[in-house]
Order: sequence, then C-alpha cells, then structure tokens
Amino acid sequence: MNFDYSEEQQLLADSVRRFLQDKYQFEARKKIIAGEGWSPQVWATFAEMGLTGLPLPAEYGGFGGGAVDLMGVMEAFGEALVVEPYLATVMAARLVARGGSETQKKAILPAVAEGRMKLAFAHDEKQRAVLGAPAADKLVVAAKGSLSLVDAKRARMRPFRTLDNMLAADVSIAGAPAEPLGGGRAAIDEVIDFATALICAEAVGAMKFACDTTLEYLKTRKQFGVPIGTFQALQHRMVDMFIAYEQAKSMACLACSKVDAGEDAAERARAVSMAKIKIADSARHVSQEAVQLHGGMGMSEELKVSHAFRRLTVLARQFGDADRHLARLASL
Amino acid sequence: MDLNYSTEEVAFRDEVRGWLKANLPADLRDKMAGYEHLSKEDLLRWHRILAKQGWVAPAWPKEWGGTGWNVVQRYIFEEELGYAGTPPLIPFGLTMCAAVLLQFGTEAQKKRFLPRIYNGDDFWCQGYSEPGSGSDLASLKTKAVREKDSYVVNGQKIWTTLAHYADWIFCLVRTDPSGGKRQDGISFLLMDMKAPGITVRPLILMDGAHEVNEVFFDDVRVPAENLVHEEGKGWTVAKYLLGYERMNTGRIGESKRQLAALKEFSSALLKNDLRFRDRLSRLEVELAALEITNLRFLDRMRRTGQPPGADVSMLKIKGTEIQQGLSELMMEAADPSAHDDFSVSIRKKYLSTRKTTIYAGSNEIQRNIIAKMTLGL
Repeated sequence: MNFDYSEEQQLLADSVRRFLQDKYQFEARKKIIAGEGWSPQVWATFAEMGLTGLPLPAEYGGFGGGAVDLMGVMEAFGEALVVEPYLATVMAARLVARGGSETQKKAILPAVAEGRMKLAFAHDEKQRAVLGAPAADKLVVAAKGSLSLVDAKRARMRPFRTLDNMLAADVSIAGAPAEPLGGGRAAIDEVIDFATALICAEAVGAMKFACDTTLEYLKTRKQFGVPIGTFQALQHRMVDMFIAYEQAKSMACLACSKVDAGEDAAERARAVSMAKIKIADSARHVSQEAVQLHGGMGMSEELKVSHAFRRLTVLARQFGDADRHLARLASL
Repeated sequence: MDLNYSTEEVAFRDEVRGWLKANLPADLRDKMAGYEHLSKEDLLRWHRILAKQGWVAPAWPKEWGGTGWNVVQRYIFEEELGYAGTPPLIPFGLTMCAAVLLQFGTEAQKKRFLPRIYNGDDFWCQGYSEPGSGSDLASLKTKAVREKDSYVVNGQKIWTTLAHYADWIFCLVRTDPSGGKRQDGISFLLMDMKAPGITVRPLILMDGAHEVNEVFFDDVRVPAENLVHEEGKGWTVAKYLLGYERMNTGRIGESKRQLAALKEFSSALLKNDLRFRDRLSRLEVELAALEITNLRFLDRMRRTGQPPGADVSMLKIKGTEIQQGLSELMMEAADPSAHDDFSVSIRKKYLSTRKTTIYAGSNEIQRNIIAKMTLGL
C-alpha cells in the first residue's frame, strides 16, 4: 500500500504545474479561449515535456504510461482549467494503439507523441459534441460498436464552445473516406473508463483550486469589521467542501489504479463508476459552495472561480453523471 | 501508487480473519448480528479471549503487552474485528486511560493499573461531560480540593457510558477555581467507583437501553497518588487523548459488515426499488471513499512517523454519517408492520445510532477542529 506518486510522476506533475502557473495564468487562458481555443505554443511545450507521448506505447515514440502516471498532470490541468484538446487526443491515440494496424500506428502515434498531430474521438453514435474535433487532424469515429479513422479535413464540422469553453464540434462524416480501425466495444469501453478516471483526477484539481481560492477569500473578505471566515456558519461549509475534495481525491486514486491494473473489465468498470459517482457529487457540492461563499463575486466572469464552476459542472456530467453511473454500477 | 495491501499485510489480515472465525463464540456473534443487548459479562468474556491471545492492546508498548504491530497492521486488526462482528472492546481502559498512563503516569501508576486493564480485571469509564459542560468541556465545575494526602471531590458528571459496569472512572476535575485561563485549573484524577460518596443513576436513552448514566460525587476522598500528571495540567492530558482517539473512529469494518447485512436483508427491494438501490449505492461509495481516505492518512503516518493531523476528524464525521445512513436504510428495508424481535431491534438500532454524531466530540466540534487547525480559519 502506497499513495505516493513515484519520484518521476511527482517531478512531471510539478513541472507541468510550474509551466501552467507561469504561462497559463487566468489572463493567458482568456486569450487562448478568445482565439483558436487552443494554443500551438502550449501544445509544443506539452510535447516537449513528454505529455503527448506519455500514455502511448514506447515502440511508437511514447512512454507507455498509465492513468496513475497521468494523475498528477490531470490534477494540474484541473487547477489551471486547461482547455487544450489533450484528453481528446489521448483517447483517440490509445484506440489507435490498441486496435490500429502497424501502418496506422506508425503513421499516427509518433506524430502525436511529437506534438505534430492532434486527434479527437467521436464516441457519440451521432458524432455530436465531439471534444477537440475542430483542432484535430484525424478523427476516430465509433459507430455501432466498431471504429474507423477519418481525416478531419474531409469531415464537415459545426464547431462550438462547450459550457466550460472547451473546443468541440458536431461532426458529419457522410461521404468522407473512412479507414476501418480494429477494436470494438471492449476497446471503446476501456478507453472511456480510462478517460473517466483521468477526468476524475482533473476534477480533483479543479476542486482543489475552488477550495483554495474560497478559503483565501474567507480569510481576506471583511464584513461587519471582521473576515467572514470567522463566522462558524461559513467555517463549517468550508470544512465540508474540504472533506468532499479529500473524498473525491481518494476515489480518483481508486479509479486510476484500477484502470491501470486492467485484469477484469467488470471490476474496472465498478471502480470507475463508484469514483465517478463520488466525483460528480463532490464536484457539484464544491463548485456550488465556492460560488455561494464568494457572494456576488462568485457570479462574476472576471473571477476564475466562476470558470472553475463551469468546468466542474461539465466534468460532473462528462462520460455519464452520477445517475448513469449508479445505473451502471447496479448492472455490473 | 498501489492501493493494495502488500503480500505480508494480506497474510496478516488472513491470519487475523482466520483466528477470529475460529475463536469468536457463536452466541456472541449471534447477539451482535441480532443487535441484541450485551451484558458486562459478554463484553469481558470477549476481552479476556483476546487478552489470552495477546491481542487485546496492540497499540501498547511491548513491555506492557502490546503486539509491536505498525499503524497499518493495527488498522487491519481493528477493521477485522468490526467486520467479523465481535463485541466491541470498550475503549475507556484499553485505549484512553492506558494511553494517558503510558504518556503521563508514574511507574507506580502504570504497574498498578495497566496489567489489570489488560486482563479485564478493572472496567473503566470516562468522567468528562457535565450538565453544563458538553462541547464546552473546559467550563467543567466538578471540584477537587486538596486536603493533606487526598482530594475531596464534589460535583456531577453526565452521559457516563457504562458507569454502572465500571470499577474505576477517570475524571477531569477543577482543582483551581481562581479564574485565570480556565483550562489551567483542571486536573486528571483516577477514582475508585466503590469509594463512598459516588452515586450512579441510569439515563435511559430513546431506544430504551441503559448505556449512559449520571455520576454524582459527594465528598468523595481520592488519594493524591491517583492524580495523573501535575495538578492543573489535566487539560494537556485531555488534549493528548483527543488526538489519540480520532484515528479510530471511522469504524469501516463494522460498516462493511452492516452494508453486507443490509444488501442481503433488502435483496428483494434492491431489485424493485431503484431509489432505494441508488441510496444504498451512494452509501457504498461513501464507505469506499472513507476507507481509502483512512488508508491515505495511515500511509502518511507511516511515512512521516508523525501523529495524525487534525484533518483526521473527517474520519469521525464521515464514518458516523455512514453508520447513521446504514441504520436508516436498514429500518426502511424492514416491513413496517412487522414486530418480531429482529424488526424491533433494527428500529432501535436506528434510534441508538443517532448518538454517533453527538458523542466523542460532536460532528460540529470536529468541523470546528478542522476549520481551526487544518484550514487556519
């Protein structure tokens, strides 16, 4: 039993966090969102740091990392509310790694690892709201339990920004040439569980930011001549946010460990669903309380806390909300 | 990161589990499973079985009978006791008084009391709360006046768990009423419950059980040698004990057993009532989160060698909320018109479990502790 990151995992998470604190401040992030919705410079740095190769097999230019290796990175992404299409690329790339032919893997994976190619995964049967699609070079498309590869330039897209300012598009691949990609339902389930574990970690990071910034606000905001954090009604609510964050972190550890262990699909699904239920509940609780305890300032677009609220609201629902995972848990 | 127990830890768990299976008397196990009342004799019988095995006080130093287990092994052991459904080990002597004596007691006090606690010869209770001093414990008024070689004690304690079984009570008393910082005038005294002037009066709780009492002190003479630590330093002792207590409050093994019993008991309902099913699943998720959080704290303690921080108060908060949630669902799963013994016991269990968020530092006090010590509010 050991809940530490390895030295390597910790070093990577720390350097990602430092980079984001330096170059992905709230104002910088705003500019990215106002522009393309992703940043080539940031992406190039992700590639230099090895993030784009980390979850890919070593024989195709990656580092063979798993969810636990990415956990600290995803927490740092959550704290900084990163909008880059990282998860989309990772999901699609892992499907290529799992089911792709030798030619497909050679054509795609090293390019992804080096930061030259971005991908997206249309897991919705109707290809709606495909995250990262507008920035992607290639799309992995799931239809009726089988997968195919489509050149993104040949697909028609209606791009938009999600509630939390992520890049997405409704995609139509009618008429576009599609290459079959190996791996069916089992591969799709596996990669979605993998991604769910990752967004659990990301949500933990966003909750950490929400808790930290709210605690800071309680200590500095004065009313009635004293910091509002001296009021017990608010102290107890802050404590409950902190507990929700810690409980969520525990469940993210469970989900990431179990998707890496990978022996038994049912056990993996069970751990991921349990984690997602807790993360969804905690994300809702922490984000709503963070806004409430900030008072009117919590509503303002000018404060990062309202953006954390938006992100956590989406993460709570992404890959299934608590109700869907309660149903899946019961079916296992 | 590895959430699994090591091979050695799994082997240790299996050894404990196997031993408990072979050595927990069936009648005691059945009483626990049926939520029945346990007599003093029941409690002591189980205590002595563990004492004979050498497992009744794992946390004590080896010279006094401890097992030398590390924090993780001790945690595994406690959870296995709960999971097996053994009668509880009453903590007042084994955990609380012993911890105080080991840290602050004289050699003579240790020699006099520890072996008797270990063997179950003395049953202890805890004299902390008073009618006017609950969460605000430092306002306590029970007075102890030094007269030559004794203290003369007058006053009243309340909510004293199992005082009607107890041979001894450890008490916080006020030895210096002269103002100043009110924490400074408090001392820690050990008293023989048979001493003249001590009266125990039952307080029956809403489930009809006699578990807690009022204890009255009327000119009780206590030999001065029964003072622990210095006069006026009782608050230091109490604070030490508080930190010591908190690691042990999640009761995860016990809740796992309750959850399994609930699943079995409500199997028909689980298929037909999705709302019930989801409420149960959420509790199961909460319990898993609590267990992993507890393991994270243990891992931190083992790595740093530091005592638990104030944030472990969350284990008490979440653990007791889960216990209450389980007892509530158990009651709801039972046929509301049934009045056989088991159905009645389930309802009483629900009533009784409401105490868990109140005792041992109410959950509101635990939140105060986290707010102040961990969050710096």
